[in-house]
Amino acid sequence: MSTDALISDTSIPEKSDSSIPNGSAAAAILSAGIGSLAVALLTIVADQSATVKSLLSIYKPTGALSGVTTFAVVFWLVAWTLLEWRWRGRYVSLKRINLMAFTLLALSLLATFPPLGDLL
Amino acid sequence: MGITTRSLWTLIHGMGFGALYLLACSGAIALLFLHSSPKADAHSTPGMDRVLGIYITVMSALAWLTVLSGTYVVYPWYRAAVPAGTTNLGAFPRALLLSNPATRQWHSLGMEWKEHVAWLVPIAITMAAFVAIKYARDLKHSPPLRSAVIGFVATSLFAAGIAGFFGAMLDKNAPVDGGQFIHVAQGE
Repeated sequence: MSTDALISDTSIPEKSDSSIPNGSAAAAILSAGIGSLAVALLTIVADQSATVKSLLSIYKPTGALSGVTTFAVVFWLVAWTLLEWRWRGRYVSLKRINLMAFTLLALSLLATFPPLGDLL
Repeated sequence: MGITTRSLWTLIHGMGFGALYLLACSGAIALLFLHSSPKADAHSTPGMDRVLGIYITVMSALAWLTVLSGTYVVYPWYRAAVPAGTTNLGAFPRALLLSNPATRQWHSLGMEWKEHVAWLVPIAITMAAFVAIKYARDLKHSPPLRSAVIGFVATSLFAAGIAGFFGAMLDKNAPVDGGQFIHVAQGE
């Protein structure tokens, strides 16, 4: 889905709720969901591939966890920066953003649970 | 009476940063609900908005300190490789748990879940802190904005609770111990 599709054409009620454009909030909320999912996906990939696991061991004493979390944080910050750049100063449909962010967060919680992560 | 350096770091990580974070979560949720109550406008001041922002920012710092101390200080001791010929696994918690079928799941389920789910917490609470500071006044009037912040704080409480529970149980079954002994009080 294009990020433009999330910019609200009918956001008058939300617009009147906010004293300042809500684009920056939307960027922070959605990127938090993306960052959370990045933690879960990198965990699963590292678990299923010895090569990836070795590549992600950027700090040997901590093993792959160091790479999983470092790259997830990088993905999160890059996503936040890009969305902030795209939505800053604009009004965005927060209900849709929330739905997407909470879906990503729920998937992350489920995917980090080892028995479920192993099924993927 | 004393404590080893590894035990001390485990305490700082779990009982210090982690437990403080868990305690702070309920306060944050209560503050957010008070902030958004119908009577909030009558009592609300810019000072109260600032308190909420500072409170969640401190929580964010605690969350980062918890995961960073856990991942880069305590976890390497937990997963240390066992040198060949070692018979006493007391200083190697991961190997100790895996050596016994009765405790194996504490590692393969508990630690494997804890070490990853805990990282959702600083991401969620940093977002909440940013929104609480930048949109302090709008939180009262924008239900979707408020829902996002309360939802992410509540989820962070759930994730931190999982990490805290397994952290306590892992330390009970195979404590991270060793290093220099620090004398706290001298016996007679």
